[in-house]
Amino acid sequence: MLPDKPMMNPSILHELRAIVGERGLISSPEELHTYECDGLTNFRVMPRAVLLPASAEQVQAIVRLCYREKIPFVARGSGTGLSGGALPVENGIVISLARMNRILEVDFPNARAVVEPGVINLDVTARIQHNDYFYAPDPSSQSVCSIGGNVAENSGGAHCLKYGFTTTHVLGLEVVLPDGEMVHLGGKTLDTPGYDLAGVFVGSEGTLGIATKIILRIVKRPECIRTLLAAFPSTNEAGAAVSGIIAAGMLPAAIEMMDNLAIQAAEAAVHPNYPNCGGLLLVELDGPVAEVEALMTHVDEICRSNGAWEIRVAQSDAERALVWKGRKSAFAAVGRISPNYIVQDGVIPRTALPQVMSEIDRLSQENGLRVANVFHAGDGNLHPLVLYDRRIPGQEEAALALSYKILELCIAAGGSITGEHGVGEEKKSMMSKMFAEPDLNTMHLVRCAFDPLQLSNPTKVFPTPRLCGETPGEYIPHPLETAGIAERF
Amino acid sequence: MNPTSIPLSAEQKFQTIVGPDHVRPATSADSVMAAQPKLIVEPGTEKELAEALRLSNEAGLAVIPRGGGTKLAWGNPPSRADLVLSTARLNQIIEHAWADLTVTVEAGCTIQKLQQTLAQHGQRLALDALWPEKATVGGILSTNESGALRLRFGALRDLIIGVTIALPDGTLASSGGKVVKNVAGYDLPKLITGALGTLGIITRASFRLHPLPLNTRTFSVAASDVEQAQKFVLAVQDSKLAHTSLQSRFCDENSPVSEILFEGTIAGLAAQEKQLRTLAAPANVVEASASIWASRESLWSFSDPETTAMAKFSILPTAMTRTIESLGQIARGQKVCWKAVHFATGLGHIRLKGEPGALHAALELLRKDLEGHSSSLVLLHHPAKMLPLDAWGSPGDSLPLMKSVKHRLDPANTLNPGRFLAGI
Repeated sequence: MLPDKPMMNPSILHELRAIVGERGLISSPEELHTYECDGLTNFRVMPRAVLLPASAEQVQAIVRLCYREKIPFVARGSGTGLSGGALPVENGIVISLARMNRILEVDFPNARAVVEPGVINLDVTARIQHNDYFYAPDPSSQSVCSIGGNVAENSGGAHCLKYGFTTTHVLGLEVVLPDGEMVHLGGKTLDTPGYDLAGVFVGSEGTLGIATKIILRIVKRPECIRTLLAAFPSTNEAGAAVSGIIAAGMLPAAIEMMDNLAIQAAEAAVHPNYPNCGGLLLVELDGPVAEVEALMTHVDEICRSNGAWEIRVAQSDAERALVWKGRKSAFAAVGRISPNYIVQDGVIPRTALPQVMSEIDRLSQENGLRVANVFHAGDGNLHPLVLYDRRIPGQEEAALALSYKILELCIAAGGSITGEHGVGEEKKSMMSKMFAEPDLNTMHLVRCAFDPLQLSNPTKVFPTPRLCGETPGEYIPHPLETAGIAERF
Repeated sequence: MNPTSIPLSAEQKFQTIVGPDHVRPATSADSVMAAQPKLIVEPGTEKELAEALRLSNEAGLAVIPRGGGTKLAWGNPPSRADLVLSTARLNQIIEHAWADLTVTVEAGCTIQKLQQTLAQHGQRLALDALWPEKATVGGILSTNESGALRLRFGALRDLIIGVTIALPDGTLASSGGKVVKNVAGYDLPKLITGALGTLGIITRASFRLHPLPLNTRTFSVAASDVEQAQKFVLAVQDSKLAHTSLQSRFCDENSPVSEILFEGTIAGLAAQEKQLRTLAAPANVVEASASIWASRESLWSFSDPETTAMAKFSILPTAMTRTIESLGQIARGQKVCWKAVHFATGLGHIRLKGEPGALHAALELLRKDLEGHSSSLVLLHHPAKMLPLDAWGSPGDSLPLMKSVKHRLDPANTLNPGRFLAGI
């Protein structure tokens, strides 16, 4: 265990309270329970305190104090993450950015917006839609997740096939580094001279510091959006249609696929009126009307020639919204057909889909556990949902083991263990299956450049504790080292 | 420059690693600005490259990584240059997974060879790099090259999905992967893109690809002055047009001209043309040849390098008028001629022509003006006789962090010493 000594003595608590005020400090055990996990609820750790700063200066003051006292900290947005990225660490504090939720600036002619980290993803679009702009990254949790959390996880969403990920849309950041220094990475203009540290920071899962301001790129809405639903006998035929669409040289805004179990779940939850089929494809094209209509005819042909027996095109915004509601609520919907589930988000080269699907099927039958599948089919990002019942002894462990086996299939197919949820706490043991030691050591060197004492979300992402060899200036032993858990190398 | 020669014993060790045929003495043609390295080493595999780099690092030799050599003069002069590590023999396309729209390629492969291979399956790396027949994958990544296609497809940072680099201690490290969507581990492909070879040597990279366009059409739109060109560009950017590229060309003699590129179906292109003509004054819109998209490269076709300077600037799209007017004033004041291409992304390239002293003064004034408006100017070429001027300009408050990253990855300062920002 980590040493229990220098943490949260009354005088430190007093100092923290002085920074954020009474309203900004949570330290009573009942209230702290809210923060003991994020969207990954089977991992729980009680934080020593939760801080709710209202400004970048307050964040900086808190982090400075953490640095002085060697207190590990975990930044938290809305707590919707699915990999335990915002899971507190033993003897650490949580810094919630929820109160820093102002949209500071919108600059339409330059297509930029400047926001604080606690701003909710969908609120950015809400603020700019009157001018026909939107913020493109659209994780399924977009009505509740925060931009700061999106930055930490490099969140994707259904439309990143065409529009790119969070990292594509973050031009600059104001960051409080783990030693309390404030720096500016990137900027409003492109290619600011120097290393692309904004590119490194996005997706670093809170291990390199805390973003306090984010410069976003915003996007003009396309002239039209058309959404097509196609019903196939199985995911194999649906997959073949996806290959056909890509081979025809099209880049749709989104291509989503659901298998029968996922369709049943969505139907039970939000009644999107999907056709009951073995493999459902949802293809969205956007752009100028003439272009989209020409391509839509082509997509229709490709689907039919690959065995689609029903094709519908959403006729109104309301219909389109319902189609997407079914897809975006798929995770929660699975709760209608199973008491518990585990969701993974492994990625495979899209062409490996039939083979990986049949392997998943085999594993599912071998283990007697149902697996529902929802994919971002265009980019090969799977979302297998392993269904289980916690009340049956041993089933949770079996489900977790099965979900890891699916990730191993993804690695074997040349893919990745995570496409958008992050490694966090949950998948760190899988990192050494995906990367060799020298790869991880090199990533760790970057971590040491930002956070030599490893105070910012420590114990996440990397599979085993690693120390920062040579630290600039005086050598300070890491808590893990003093506790005899790790040795310096 | 450091006059010490490479010990014979070290030279023999390089020969053992890469074979005697692939180590040769450098000539003046291998000079990087005024610095002439002593040895050229051409490894045939990633492992050989990593081993040669480790040996250089241990021997305290400064290493200049080199691909096609087309942009070796970008950046500051190296403070030391002992050895060129060339990727010329690492030139294979490892895997074009066309059905997955990805490619994995060795660093020394030229852009032309890569694009020709991709085109066999109707695909491309959606980036128009300078001098594709010679420029290599490693070179365009290290210099963060981009042109007109960036508006639609993003920069290399948005196209690269995986990278393998050799570090000075001989480590070969991979990050990212071969799939388009992947958030496992730190995004080192982005760190290495634009790092000018100062953190590690790229040995291979994977990219996401785009289909070649079904059809393309280019239109020119003439403007009476800079302000009118600016209005046109902003109106297009705020419209529903789905253009691929948008550039404006300026010079000290003629009025500005903008060009716009559309890609898509015949029907889609016809509809967009119609919209374009309602957006601009119809009389000003004429169909143009696709060759106009080589305008950025054309800026580099100058006859006298001793009276020419080239720079890249980055501004907010709305600052085009202000910037071009400042440029004109400064150039007039210093009696230099100028020509510029500006993309709707806010990135632009300038060519200045004049006496070295005047060029120096003009560049300094222009940089001061741009940096005063949160913009930047990076010098890409200057006459050998011009007084020194830092290539990168003022670093921001993240410089200590950048130095720390450099120190962790290249503690002995072996790679391209002194060439990057603020002495890195």
